[in-house]
Amino acid sequence: MKTKILMGLMAVVIAGLIAVPWIASYFYIFILTEILILGLFAASFNLIFGYTGMLSFGHAAFFGIGSYATALVLIHLEWPFLACLLVSMGASALLALVIGFLSVRLNEVYFAMLTLAFGMMVFAIAYQWRSVTNGSDGLAGFTLGSFGLGLDLTLGNPAVYYHVVLAIVAIAAVVLYLICRSSFGMILRAIRQNPERVSFAGLNVRTYRLVAFVIAGTFAGLAGGLIAPFLRVASPELLHWSMSAEPVLMAILGGTGYFLGPFVGSAVFVLLETWITSFTESWMLVLGIILAMMVIFFRKGLLGTALDWWLEVKK
Amino acid sequence: MSGIGAALLNSLDIGLLLFIIAVGLNIVFGVLNIINFAHGALYMLGAYLAFTLINLVGMPFWAALLLAPIGVAILAVIIDRVLLRFIYSRDVADSLLLTFAILLIINESIRTIWGSGIQVVQPPQLLSGSVQLLGSSVSTYSLFVIVIGLLLLAGLWYLFNRTRVGRIMRAAALDRDMAEALCINTRMVVTGVFAFGAWLAAVGGVVAAPMRALDPGMGDKIIIESFIVVVIGGLGSFPGALLGAIVLGLIHGFGGRYLPEVNLLLPFLGMALVLLFKPNGILGKGATA
Repeated sequence: MKTKILMGLMAVVIAGLIAVPWIASYFYIFILTEILILGLFAASFNLIFGYTGMLSFGHAAFFGIGSYATALVLIHLEWPFLACLLVSMGASALLALVIGFLSVRLNEVYFAMLTLAFGMMVFAIAYQWRSVTNGSDGLAGFTLGSFGLGLDLTLGNPAVYYHVVLAIVAIAAVVLYLICRSSFGMILRAIRQNPERVSFAGLNVRTYRLVAFVIAGTFAGLAGGLIAPFLRVASPELLHWSMSAEPVLMAILGGTGYFLGPFVGSAVFVLLETWITSFTESWMLVLGIILAMMVIFFRKGLLGTALDWWLEVKK
Repeated sequence: MSGIGAALLNSLDIGLLLFIIAVGLNIVFGVLNIINFAHGALYMLGAYLAFTLINLVGMPFWAALLLAPIGVAILAVIIDRVLLRFIYSRDVADSLLLTFAILLIINESIRTIWGSGIQVVQPPQLLSGSVQLLGSSVSTYSLFVIVIGLLLLAGLWYLFNRTRVGRIMRAAALDRDMAEALCINTRMVVTGVFAFGAWLAAVGGVVAAPMRALDPGMGDKIIIESFIVVVIGGLGSFPGALLGAIVLGLIHGFGGRYLPEVNLLLPFLGMALVLLFKPNGILGKGATA
């Protein structure tokens, strides 16, 4: 019964998301596009954080590389958008393989510090390698051509771009969900709960952690590829560690124990940011207080707390 | 030859400053088993408090060096009693997240109170000159930083190896339950150690203030440097913090002079190399999963 209600709710939400461009202004289309892209970014992060128990503070490296890859391909090669996204995913997968190889062997504290440091290394490269990355200004002035697959889409139109983002994020979310539900996903959850026991069962924990890290990096790269045309720029800020903190905050906000938690967190995060910055500069202060409260009192996140409450009341 | 001498002294002053800050991070980790993400923010707060006391109140530098760290340590006691006490029994990840929230709060408060512009603190009259050393001109203030660093190094060594307080701290780091069974008030030790770590960060901040311009991003820069130091030296290791700080100081001192195009990259490269061959840090105490 409850699953049916939840499924119905999901169907309503998806139908609503598809219908948005016909009922809402451009302002809300922009906000929703951002929520979807950052939601995918946060969901990719949650594969390693919520599922595997690895707290990375360098996830923006893959997001940023994805955006730079798409920007570079659009500027120099003018490939179709779909091809750009594939390049983004490939580039971030490769980077995740290198950083992951060095990082996943270490336990959580070291892992968090290392991913932070490697993330900042990528930031430093983007900042200093002016001939390729245009330094602190970032890459701008690229235009989207065709979409690919012979589809005739005007990607420059925000409503069309929103639908493209919605479709790609939905497909990526389904793939991520299937990964989480598979036996591979079960092993990741087992690793979070008890890595010793998993390795006693004869599985190579380090390999599983590395594969999870690469998958998460790849999807973060996809999200990065989607954000570059949306922002019309690929800048070092997308690589900075404050960008790495965003998926952490979103996952905690929504709930790390639930697949949809990061998406809920992304929605709350972007809406709160839009609302709070409209009357005060100190958005980060509010964010810090919210995060402290979530960590201390509502560790299950908004979605988890709401579901608990709902299951309790409707018993 | 003169270039090498200057680079060496430069490495030493950067290295010892980093040591003051990173050793606080390491002591807090060793005893409390939490990584204090807000350590850099506390360092920055020390610098800004010193700026206020010196430039706005008109106190001498020495008074600020004494008072600003005490102020930050008092704030740390409040942070510990109000926020951190909830998460000591939880996963390490939770302490990272909570101290990250504290970092956001302190950073943004500083931006609100002092503005996001750059502030400058002048070194005291006594230390504003320069002297000839190893064939090159060195600012007196750099020598002062080196002396302060060495004094703190000796003081910390004495504290940990020769005093009762130091032994209690080490006991609490080794086995908190056992220490408790021996009638040591570990709650007080935990609060005290956290405040002491914050005090060290703030001393670093006051000492750094006349060397570097103050801006609200300085805390984020130093926390990453401190992480690199403890990764290279070994997490929770006291000599490791010194070694890591000196290595990073050398990378900065020589890298900035001879390889300016890649100087931002070199620290990370050094860290990656250490990890490849000694994943626990050069002097670390068991860090692999």
